[in-house]
Amino acid sequence: MRKRSVATGIAAIAVLAGSLAACSSSGTSGTSVTDKVQSGKKLVVGIKFDQPGLGKKNPDGTFSGFDVDVAKYIAKQLGANDASITFKEAKSADRETFLEHGDVDFIVATYSITDARKQKVDFAGPYFVAHQDLLVKSDNTTITGPESLSGNKKLCSVKGSTSAQKVKDNYAKGVQLQEYGTYSDCVDALISGAVDAVTTDDTILAGYAAQHPGQLRVVGKGFSDENYGVGLKKGSTDLKAQIDTAIRKMESDGAWQASLEKNLGPAGYKIPSPPAITE
Amino acid sequence: MNFSFLSGGRYDLFGAFWVTVQLTFFAGVGSLVWGTILAGMRVSPVPLMRGFGTVYVNVFRNTPLTLIIVAMSVVVSNKLGLVLANRASFTFITDNNFRLAVLGFVVYTSTFVCEAVRSGINTVPPGQAEAARALGLRFSQVLRIVVLPQALRSVVGPLASVLIALTKNTTIASTIGVGEAALLMSEMTENESNALVSVFTLFALGFLVLTLPTGLLLGWLARRVAVRR
Repeated sequence: MRKRSVATGIAAIAVLAGSLAACSSSGTSGTSVTDKVQSGKKLVVGIKFDQPGLGKKNPDGTFSGFDVDVAKYIAKQLGANDASITFKEAKSADRETFLEHGDVDFIVATYSITDARKQKVDFAGPYFVAHQDLLVKSDNTTITGPESLSGNKKLCSVKGSTSAQKVKDNYAKGVQLQEYGTYSDCVDALISGAVDAVTTDDTILAGYAAQHPGQLRVVGKGFSDENYGVGLKKGSTDLKAQIDTAIRKMESDGAWQASLEKNLGPAGYKIPSPPAITE
Repeated sequence: MNFSFLSGGRYDLFGAFWVTVQLTFFAGVGSLVWGTILAGMRVSPVPLMRGFGTVYVNVFRNTPLTLIIVAMSVVVSNKLGLVLANRASFTFITDNNFRLAVLGFVVYTSTFVCEAVRSGINTVPPGQAEAARALGLRFSQVLRIVVLPQALRSVVGPLASVLIALTKNTTIASTIGVGEAALLMSEMTENESNALVSVFTLFALGFLVLTLPTGLLLGWLARRVAVRR
């Protein structure tokens, strides 16, 4: 009896969640993104607001970074100009929900293509391949790469992130992991000496290294591949093809290279050649 | 609802909730002790102690808990150097964060315990304290022997609410990396983006399993020990 009432409760929650989802998505279904652009409506793009060099909201309200440039380039190829883009903050846990509900048209936010995510959303790209790396103080000589992660070193990453889990799964014997809510807290801890290194995608680390020139540096020995894709609502076949075309164009006309040099170059980031588009 | 991600042993769900229970237990005991001392200060005849109690309660009750917990790690530990575990130990970060989090929760939750206990003290008729004083008991004795035993019995209900709030507040410890339920939830939302509703439902149920019995048990206790006047 008791068990049954719990099951009914779960069912009720599920029905409620389902109906909420149905409500919010009905508003946007039926209009494609290109229709939206042609009718002069604003394009809503999800980016990160807190990652220097990739997606950053500046104090004056403007946006800068490689993801922002990619988003603007794609929007231009779809027929929208810079003024008709609205950037919306897409935190990691919000990304699938935003796409499913149509809150954003597409997402360019260090969004790694994974199988679990592909069950919920579609991806275009990848437009970039990042690698998990280590950020250390400039004068640190003991951490030279993943093989030096032993002897009770202290690492920092964002709680629950893929990078943090990778350290727990693969390097738990040699290092201790500090997890914080944000990368800035990790960088603070690195500067104050509470941890020996910060670990996550090298692109993100390069942004922080550029903010603290001469004080921090990226080790530069990646130990994973993160394929950044453009996140789309499930079933957007046309839009996916258009965005893939836009990414190819961006890579071939030099805008891709120029944006990376502008955003990650100051950190001494070695710009790789563009990845093959697989999605 | 798809809960298939739970099989395969990737996630230690019970371990994570066990850390939540431990955080709640240690922070609960600490808050009860420190909160009762604070309540004693706030009703004491010494102006300095009354002033300290009032300022303490008003500062920490009105500070966001997230700020307190993050500050415990980033400011108090990293910058000011308060270390609550052996730095050379291989579990230093885990131990230190857990203890810092408990300390942060005690700092915050004790203000609510203090105010609950103080309202309990107000339910004890003034004649009792006067009579105790007439017998020659000192202030601390009046409080310990006569007033607090009655006051605490009348505030079991409000304290149960504080304890339930504390249980849920422990999720904030994940912001400094304590491996409790909310941190595991972050990992699951990162990996299992195709089953987000299941993940959230799972943790909502997990907290119900912890808090509902707490409420029922303490509700029963409140009725049983209440002072009948």
